[in-house]
Amino acid sequence: MKNRLFNSVIIFTVLSAIITLCALKQAGEVVPDADNAGLKLPAGFGALKVAETGAKARHLAVTPQGDIYVKLAKPKDGKGILVLHEAPNGKAELKASFGTYGGTEVYLKNGYLYASSNTEVYRYKVNDKNEVINPDTPEKIITGLKAGRQHETKSFVLDNDGNIYVNIGAWFNSCQEKDRGLHSPGIPGCPILDSMGGVWQFKADKLNQTYGDGVRYAMGLRNIVGLDWNQQDNQLFVMQHGRDNLNSSWPELYTTKQSAELPAECLYALKKGDNAGWPYMYYDQVQHKKIQAPEYGGDGKKEADVKFIDPAVAFPGHLAPNALLFYTGNQFPAKYKNGAFIAFHGSWNRAPEPQAGYFVVFQPFKNGRPDGDWEIFADGFSGSPEKTAAGRADHRPCGLAQGADGSLYVTDDSKGTIYRIIYNKK
Amino acid sequence: MIVILVFVCMQSMGQIKPQTKAHRKAGSTTPAVNGKDVYVQHCLACHQADGGGVPNMNPPLSNTSYVSGDKTRLIKVVLNGFSENVDIDGESYSNVMPAHDFLKDQEIAAVLTYIRKNFTNKASAISTAQVRTVRAANKK
Repeated sequence: MKNRLFNSVIIFTVLSAIITLCALKQAGEVVPDADNAGLKLPAGFGALKVAETGAKARHLAVTPQGDIYVKLAKPKDGKGILVLHEAPNGKAELKASFGTYGGTEVYLKNGYLYASSNTEVYRYKVNDKNEVINPDTPEKIITGLKAGRQHETKSFVLDNDGNIYVNIGAWFNSCQEKDRGLHSPGIPGCPILDSMGGVWQFKADKLNQTYGDGVRYAMGLRNIVGLDWNQQDNQLFVMQHGRDNLNSSWPELYTTKQSAELPAECLYALKKGDNAGWPYMYYDQVQHKKIQAPEYGGDGKKEADVKFIDPAVAFPGHLAPNALLFYTGNQFPAKYKNGAFIAFHGSWNRAPEPQAGYFVVFQPFKNGRPDGDWEIFADGFSGSPEKTAAGRADHRPCGLAQGADGSLYVTDDSKGTIYRIIYNKK
Repeated sequence: MIVILVFVCMQSMGQIKPQTKAHRKAGSTTPAVNGKDVYVQHCLACHQADGGGVPNMNPPLSNTSYVSGDKTRLIKVVLNGFSENVDIDGESYSNVMPAHDFLKDQEIAAVLTYIRKNFTNKASAISTAQVRTVRAANKK
C-alpha cells in the first residue's frame, strides 16, 4: 500500500515535470495556430496569425531581431508604416509607426529601410538592430514619378550592385483613346511609354533622382506589383498584371468565358532593354502565343511582333500577382530552395464567370530558371470556395517576406492580417 | 415596331443571335428593354453580379447617394463615365469607368431603374424622357 502510494507520487511528479517542460518549450517556440490560421497548406506546414493590423497591409520586411515593417496603402492614424515586434511564440504587437504617406513597397537592405509612396522612394538608415534611427527624416532618393488613379503603386527591388528597380505602372488598361471603352482603339504609338509602363533603374544611394537620372530598364509592362531579384542568376524577375476587359471592350472577338481566362498573368525574366509588348500584345496561355491586342489591330488570333519577349511562366488570367519572392531559406524542404512564391491577390475581371485566386503559389526553379509546374502552396485566405467564386474574399494575399529562420510571411490588405507559415515536420 | 426596336437595340449591343432574341421578346409582355439584361452586358464585369463592386477599384452600387440620390448626376455618370478622384463613403476607387453614351435612352433608363430598385436600393425609377433631357443638356 505504501509502495503504491510512493509509486503514484513518483508518477505524478514525473508527469508534472514533463508537462512543465513541454509548456516551457512551447513558450519559447513559434507555434502554429490550432486551425493553421484558416489556411490549407502542404503536409508538414503550419501557419499562425502573427498580428491583426486592421489596415491595408501591402508589402512587408522582417528583421532577424523580430521586427516587422508593414507598408500600408493608406495611412492609419496618420502613419503609413507599422513596426510590429514578435514575441518568442511568434505573436506580434505594434511597437511603433511612422511615415505620413500611403504606398506599397518596403524593403530592407544594406543598412537602410527603403519605402515608397506612389510618386517617391525614400530610405531610412537603420542601426545594428535594424531599427530605423530617424523615422521622421528619411532621405528622398527618387521623386516626381508619374502616378495615375490606377496602377499607381511603386513596387521596387534592389540588386547587389547598388541599383534599385522601380515599377512605374501605366495609367491605362490598354492605352485606348477612351480607357476601357467599348471598341475604343489604341492611341498610335502609345506615347506614355516614355515615362510609364515599365521598370526604371536608379541608384540606391543617390538623392532626389527623377526620370532624367534613371534608365528605362525594361518597357511594355502594364503594371507590376510583385518583383524580386534572383540571386542565383543575378537577374530581375517581375510579375505583370495583365490587361482587363477583352469582352467588355471587344464583345465580338471574345466571349465572357475567354475574357475571364485571358490573358495570362506573366512572370518575366528581364534584361536591360527588354520589351514585354504592352499595350500592343498580350500572352495567350491557351494558344501559347503572343497575340496582337485588339486595340492595335488584333482579332484574338493574329500573332504579335516576335521582338517582344516571351514570359518565363504564364499563369491564368486576372489572378493579380501582388508579390514575388525567391525562397533562399533553409527551413522548408529542399524542393522550395531558390523557387518562387507568388501571392495572387485574386480576380475581379472574371465576372460573370467565377472569380479565382486569393492564394499563394509555388513555382519550382532550377539554376535560376522555372523548372516544372506551379502548384497552389497556401489557400483558404478567402474563407470558402463560395467567397472565392463571388470575389468576396475575407483575406487577400498581397505581400511576401522571408524571415531570418526561413519562415514565409504573408500580408493581407483586406483585413490587415499578417500570416507566418512554418515547416514543422523534422 | 417593338420588334424592330429590340432588333436594332440588340444589334447595337453586339448580340450574336438578335433574331432569336427579338422573337422571344416580341412574344412576351416584358418591356422592350430589360434593365437586368443591360446590367449583365455592360455593368456586371466591373460592379459584379451582387452590385457590390470591387474593393479599391470599382465602387459598390448599394448604400450610396451616387445611385439612390440625384438622378441627373447618375445619368451623367453613365453618359460621360467616371474618373474623378473622390472618396465614396470613405473609400477611394481607382478604376476608370468609360462613357456609356452608346447606350440608348431607354437602355440607360432601364438599367438605372434596375440598379435603383435592386442591391438593397429602394429609389424611384428613371424614365426614358429624363435620360433624353439630361443627354440633350449634356451635349451643349
